[in-house]
Amino acid sequence: MDEKGSELSAKDHARIAQQFIEAIPHAKALELRVDDLGSGKAQISMPWAEYLVGDPRTGVIHGGVISTLMDTCSGAAVMAHPSGPRSTATIDLRIDYMRAATPRQRIVATAECYHMTRNVAFIRAVAVDEDSENPVATATGAFTVER
Amino acid sequence: MINRNEPLDQIKSRRDSALNALVTGVPYMNWLGITFDRRGDELTAVMPYHQKLIGNPSLPALHGGVTAAFLEVTAIIELSWSVMWEDMESGRISPDAAVPDSLPRLPKTIDFTVDYLRSGLPRDSYARARVVRSGRRYASVHVEAWQDNRSRLIAQATGHFLMPQG
Repeated sequence: MDEKGSELSAKDHARIAQQFIEAIPHAKALELRVDDLGSGKAQISMPWAEYLVGDPRTGVIHGGVISTLMDTCSGAAVMAHPSGPRSTATIDLRIDYMRAATPRQRIVATAECYHMTRNVAFIRAVAVDEDSENPVATATGAFTVER
Repeated sequence: MINRNEPLDQIKSRRDSALNALVTGVPYMNWLGITFDRRGDELTAVMPYHQKLIGNPSLPALHGGVTAAFLEVTAIIELSWSVMWEDMESGRISPDAAVPDSLPRLPKTIDFTVDYLRSGLPRDSYARARVVRSGRRYASVHVEAWQDNRSRLIAQATGHFLMPQG
């Protein structure tokens, strides 16, 4: 992810980010996949899995899983900012849960770093399942920026 | 009315099996390895360290999402536990992990806000939640997580929940 000032395509960025994610044990355990990355934006998705279920009556995935996906995707958006942060950490993250994610469908998170200062990045993110018009959850957060 | 002569092992077994039913019914909680210690009605969530919980391998540090999930799980269990306490003690309900229909329906998270205070070390984590307000329909819960020192929190969170109806 330490590619500041380089002339890489969005595809290269996504490939590098995927390698970065594979090196994160928890992201790997959740089978996170980088779909898109570049200029302060990121899209990361993950498959439904039995062991992630929070409500066995319905098979709906636990909210905590959505938190992880949103957090990772937001961090990736910060790292993909053109100003080239060296590293980042979450200061706070608020998640609003709009509806239950449909069991057995992929969940796709999209995050955008909408404001950047020297030390802080502000992000918003949204997660959807196959019904992409109706968000499952939205998030807003603040992240540290190490230069 | 409290029965002062109820055998202690019967009381403990009722409470432990109800708590066990609440916790083991959730696959995600088992996957993260979260268990609950009970002292009377006070619960402490425990998440033993495991390599798959790591989010930053170079530090190393726990994944922020894992910390958030740990806090949210703790908040939901504490809230359900506090709401079902009276019914459990009076014997109106007796949740059994083997009988899904006997389990109380869990509250649904409306929103959840996490403050990250320190990076989570590759060690066991603990959390306790406090139900700040519990109404018929909505509840507000505060939850704190720490590792080696109770006074050095790694994260805290506040969440709002929709209570199961009917």
